[in-house]
Amino acid sequence: MREQVVEATVRALQKAETGLPEWVLQRIRDAAARERLPLARQHLQFMLENVAIAGQDRLPLCQDTGLPIFQVRMGRELKLDFDLHEAIADGVRMATRLVPLRPNAVHPQSRCNSQDNTGLRMPDIIMDYVAGRCLSITAFPKGAGSENMSLIAMLNPADDPFDFIIESVRERAANACPPLFLGIGLGGSFDLSARLAKHALLDMDGKQEDEEEQALLDRINRLGIGPMGLGGDTTALGLRIERAYCHTASLPVAINFQCWANRKAKEVIL
Amino acid sequence: MSEHHLSTPLSGEDIRMLEAGDVVFLSGIIYSARDKAHAMIRKAGSPVSLEGAALYHCGPLIQEGRVLSAGPTTSGRMARYTEEMLEKGLRAIIGKGGLPPEPFRDRAVYLAYPGGCGAAAARKLEVLTVHLSELGMAESLWTFRAKDFGPLIVAIDSKGRDLYQEARE
Repeated sequence: MREQVVEATVRALQKAETGLPEWVLQRIRDAAARERLPLARQHLQFMLENVAIAGQDRLPLCQDTGLPIFQVRMGRELKLDFDLHEAIADGVRMATRLVPLRPNAVHPQSRCNSQDNTGLRMPDIIMDYVAGRCLSITAFPKGAGSENMSLIAMLNPADDPFDFIIESVRERAANACPPLFLGIGLGGSFDLSARLAKHALLDMDGKQEDEEEQALLDRINRLGIGPMGLGGDTTALGLRIERAYCHTASLPVAINFQCWANRKAKEVIL
Repeated sequence: MSEHHLSTPLSGEDIRMLEAGDVVFLSGIIYSARDKAHAMIRKAGSPVSLEGAALYHCGPLIQEGRVLSAGPTTSGRMARYTEEMLEKGLRAIIGKGGLPPEPFRDRAVYLAYPGGCGAAAARKLEVLTVHLSELGMAESLWTFRAKDFGPLIVAIDSKGRDLYQEARE
């Protein structure tokens, strides 16, 4: 089973880096068909062309092959006789040579690069426990351009969290490679809001946004920031909100930015 | 909105004819540099002449001397170095996300390459040599030979127009 986990990790990374999920491509195509500004439309078409080239050349579509982030869905009845983190880390090291991946992981202070995309607490593995005996790994390599623009704010309960989101996107979107996918965490605590925002991105699968999410997405697209921040109707392609109860005195809001290259690939082991 | 095919080294005349919104395809020598290379250049000077040069904010993915993927990185992180880099004679900074426009006035342009489009860029760039290789793959100063590298959108022109600022307003 350990060997299967290592191989699934390599396959998931290979797939995530060299293509995009079909629903992501469809949202880019739909936006290109709607977009009114010629320069913005050309950007969206060039992005689709780039994904096609990455597929043909079997190369990472973006040179920022990201930090290795994984979501593991594991059945509660499953017992593993090996260290899951170590097995996935082995897969990351192997993928770094085979895909290949750019060595991105460094110590936060010395900035010393491990050269294999692993290190202290890296890869980051988000565990979801579910019923039964299943096991799947989703690779979610996260580039720094969009992750660097992400933020948490501990708002006053009297503040409007959506106004805060709009202003944050206006200021930050251009650096995050728009059109964006936005994971929003509302409520919880300081760190829970951030986890909710990451989960919102991980669970985004092309399903239509609900009414409130769609209204916020429409407001963002009326900002006119456009692809790569150069103007246009297409600033965000998807948005999901995850919520948790919070303290009566608190209103935590987290925004996890994701670039248009919303790379994600799942491998089912069991 | 017009299209230009230019070669490095770039002249003041090349730069002055470019207007925000124009599209450029660039051939010739392009240097890559990001966070660590900028810090090294500030400390020890540039290992290459930047007169008339195009500098690409990019940390490429390279294997055995071949460019595999080479899209832009966020220029904003290098904003603190813009003035001193332009003083070395740079005519174009290529990147994504933009920079404060003032230092570009009358002497240089900021060219935006579509972020995330590293695989398409790889087909247009060839490695000639590398400096500061001790900084590692992403942070080294790579010398590329470009052939019709683009589309590069003139996002900040030498007259002070800034498409990013216009989009935010």
